[in-house]
Amino acid sequence: MEGRIISISGSVVIVNGLNDAKMNDMLLVGDRGLVSEIIKMDGENAIAQVYEDTTGLKLGEKVIDTGAPLSVELGPGLIGSIFDGVQRPLDVIMKKEGQFIGSGVRVDPLDRKRKWHFKPKASSDQEVEEGDEIGEIKESSLIKHKVIVPVGVKGKIKKIVEEGDYSIEEVLAVLDGGGKKTELKMLTKWPVRSARPVAEKLPPVIPLLTGQRVIDTFFPIAIGGSAAVPGPFGAGKTVISHQLAKWSDADIVVYCGTGERGNEMTEILSTFPDLKDPKSGKPLMDRTVLIANTSNMPVAAREASIYTAITIAEYYRDMGYNVALMADSTSRWAEALREISGRLEEMPGEEGYPAYLARRLGEFYERAGRAKLLGGKTGSVSVIGAVSPPGGDISEPVSQNTLRVTRVFWALDASLANSRHFPSINWLNSYSLYTDELDDWYYKNVGKDWPDLRKRAMALLQKESDINEIAQLVGYDALPENDKLVLDIAKIIREDYLQQNAFDEIDTYSSIEKQHSMLDVIMKLYDVEKQLVDGGIVVSTLENADIKQMIARLRYTKEEDIKSALASIRTEMNKIAKAQRG
Amino acid sequence: MAKIEYKTVKTVTNVLLFVNGIKEASYGELAEIELEDGRVVNGQVLSTNEEVTVLQVFGETSGMDTERTKVRFSGSTFKLQTGPELIGRVLDGMGKPRDGGVPVYSDQKRDINGSPINPYAREEPSEFIQTGISSIDCMNTLVRGQKLPIFSGSGLPHNKLAAQIVRQAKIPSKKENFYVVFGGIGINSEDANFFMDEFKKSGAMERTIAFINLAAEPSMERLILPRLALTAAEYLAFEKDAHVIVILVDMTNYCEALREISAAREEVPGRRGYPGYMYTDLASIFERAGKLKGKPGSITQMPMLTMPSDDITHPIPDLTGYITEGQIVMSRQLDKNGIYPPIDLLLSLSRLMNQGVGKDSTREDHKNLSDQLYAAYAKGKQVRSLTEIVGEDALSESDRKYLRFSDEFEKKFINQDFSENRKIEETLDLGWELLSILDKSDMKRIKPEFLEKYGKWKQA
Repeated sequence: MEGRIISISGSVVIVNGLNDAKMNDMLLVGDRGLVSEIIKMDGENAIAQVYEDTTGLKLGEKVIDTGAPLSVELGPGLIGSIFDGVQRPLDVIMKKEGQFIGSGVRVDPLDRKRKWHFKPKASSDQEVEEGDEIGEIKESSLIKHKVIVPVGVKGKIKKIVEEGDYSIEEVLAVLDGGGKKTELKMLTKWPVRSARPVAEKLPPVIPLLTGQRVIDTFFPIAIGGSAAVPGPFGAGKTVISHQLAKWSDADIVVYCGTGERGNEMTEILSTFPDLKDPKSGKPLMDRTVLIANTSNMPVAAREASIYTAITIAEYYRDMGYNVALMADSTSRWAEALREISGRLEEMPGEEGYPAYLARRLGEFYERAGRAKLLGGKTGSVSVIGAVSPPGGDISEPVSQNTLRVTRVFWALDASLANSRHFPSINWLNSYSLYTDELDDWYYKNVGKDWPDLRKRAMALLQKESDINEIAQLVGYDALPENDKLVLDIAKIIREDYLQQNAFDEIDTYSSIEKQHSMLDVIMKLYDVEKQLVDGGIVVSTLENADIKQMIARLRYTKEEDIKSALASIRTEMNKIAKAQRG
Repeated sequence: MAKIEYKTVKTVTNVLLFVNGIKEASYGELAEIELEDGRVVNGQVLSTNEEVTVLQVFGETSGMDTERTKVRFSGSTFKLQTGPELIGRVLDGMGKPRDGGVPVYSDQKRDINGSPINPYAREEPSEFIQTGISSIDCMNTLVRGQKLPIFSGSGLPHNKLAAQIVRQAKIPSKKENFYVVFGGIGINSEDANFFMDEFKKSGAMERTIAFINLAAEPSMERLILPRLALTAAEYLAFEKDAHVIVILVDMTNYCEALREISAAREEVPGRRGYPGYMYTDLASIFERAGKLKGKPGSITQMPMLTMPSDDITHPIPDLTGYITEGQIVMSRQLDKNGIYPPIDLLLSLSRLMNQGVGKDSTREDHKNLSDQLYAAYAKGKQVRSLTEIVGEDALSESDRKYLRFSDEFEKKFINQDFSENRKIEETLDLGWELLSILDKSDMKRIKPEFLEKYGKWKQA
């Protein structure tokens, strides 16, 4: 079915003459065949947003309706790849087109020729249904790619190939479902705007450990949870997103750079292959999928990119993996939505964003979750969305609507960032609604004292801010000694625990055990000193300079050396306690 | 190709032309508009449908009418003719000579909108550029291929700083082909002359291509100018393998022009009347900085903008800060105190600093030292504001040291002469010297081995 362009305005075109067109159909627009999607039907005309640069497009050029909604290709080869917002592989485009991206480039998302080693896990005459595994492929050093029966398919296996090397389009198995034959291949497709189904959503009870102390200790995110990271520019959103992509203990990371800087994607591409996963010691790139639609790439593809990313995340979840998705930044996605809405001359809602912004955000974050899968296994998608509020003011619509649908809020603070306190997560404003649900896990897996330790440390930080307000009025000297001690210990927590240097080889990642030891020793110091202060000793005469130095160095101490470092701190503490008491 | 002339102009506004019944126009195409008196003005297709085509006019619409004005479509988008003849020239906002020389003709034409760089084809910028300015080199290191804007306010010496950077910027121990592309967007003629004089004095002029649109010239040209400048820069960087530094002054004028055209098109305005797509539009300029795999050249951008009423949350600096890789922020208070360059370090940031510093490029202690200076200066400024409430006598011994540190830091470290070109080693040593005002035990950001090796504390 061919139509004709009758209007062009930026990335929005109006097409006439597509008789069977349906909402959300993918179109190929113009003589160059630019990828686009129908976003509105109006009488005989279809209005489409174009995912490529429309410069040079003319009225009257032909438009082809593919008859299918915008979809992503799923199969082995996703891991380690970098795609644009509509899943064109950027490395292949570079080989074909050079360093700059032109428009109208057609490339298959997945390599058709590459052979993958397939190991069958099912046999002939076996009854299988959607979600069941029929075989696996070693996709990377870390990931076993499961070939599963697609949604809506079931039947008896009539034929399945033997172990061997196959390309993604070769038939691996034939199912007979009540006379209806279905051929199963590695390659499947899925429309990006629909969530892939699961059997049942499960409660979030396991933390997604990130190796970042302020997050794991105070504001944890659960496996299958959702978090929002709003912050002004320069507050370190991207560094946090990168840190989570590097160190979180998800099996697979999908990193979606939406409308952000090109050099940030380059940084991932150049550092990830050299970084080692702390659990397996394998290169991080072997568990990472990158989606890059940088700020200068076409705006409509930016809108599509987060759907492409989450569909890929769901696909790996369906194999039983825990997947973490970082979207940096969802504000750019919302702005793309606003721009397109403006071109459609829709009635604007708040700050020019379309009225359906909240619904779209809700739909997106709802695709996160830990779930019982169709095949019976469990898997999860955790979503961490960076938000870039104008002027850092989170009263704007994107931040507010995001906070309503996410359960963790890491509030990035410009004044912390300005004094180079990183990660600049404000410990007084941030929250995690998972804390209580996760306490049980921490209690069993980290230490019985953990929930208590965490609460006491947080209480000290809260108290510090109260005391500081008083100190501003009366001066530090007029404070009671007990309060001075709180300030002293809170400073240690802030400087030696909450702060973490993403660029230091050791400090960049703290195991939960290391976090436990560090927090424990800081609170021990508080207990010991509190006893001394209660006994009449003045804070300024506490002989703790050496201990403070030793605690400050724990951040930079290797995991295997922590034990001995702690032991010497304890000895030192006992010595002082004795000496000063006596 | 025989050119068809259309005489179907329906509406003329300040900056737009609505033409009826054009079937041939393509989106983004360049058109020539001929007035009755023979004057020819350029325009560009903003949108087109079967009834009406909207043209944005680069230049004056005064004198246009709906009967005699003729429109011809060029069949292509705006292109700049590039070649070695461009070097040393001063052109206007449409790429025509303004230095009295002959127009530049070349076989090679480049679309001024460029194409987005494939993120996969980028090479991570990591080469340190020494600007000789301590607050940049040590605290907000600039690297080749970075886009680092200067956020200034009216009346602050941003032009001086930009000129000083151009004069001093170099990579230590390297002599390579280095060019400057200067884009003056809606600046006044005094500023334009200042830059031209400075470039001539420092000898940079013969390595400069300048595009200048003065404040009194058509504002729509300001939307074209940065794209011309970057097209010229791309030619030098990716074809001539040169290292190019692009100075764009003042991006605020660019954004004003963008707002003007958006208002004329009756678009739904975003914050403060600026169009909702301003982020994307600015990104299409700033993202044209960088390095490419397999190419030796680079484009480093230093755009300059004035923050309306010194407000960093104003949409122009705000959106810019979200796109660029950091920012250098000017402080009116430092300027009043006679500090030059008046760089507000706490608000400034270079995101690519980590890649450009360290053992192999500057010195191993650089990052630690700069983190510590940042923390100490932040603390010192905090103490200073506390002093205003409680008085200096109420300060603890340690707080007093921080106060002294931040005073000295501003006077000796941030402050330097317009002609002073500090080597990175000098800058770093100066930082260590100032740190020795403070207690060694407070140096939590610095690895112990660096404290021993570079610290300037007197042995107790």
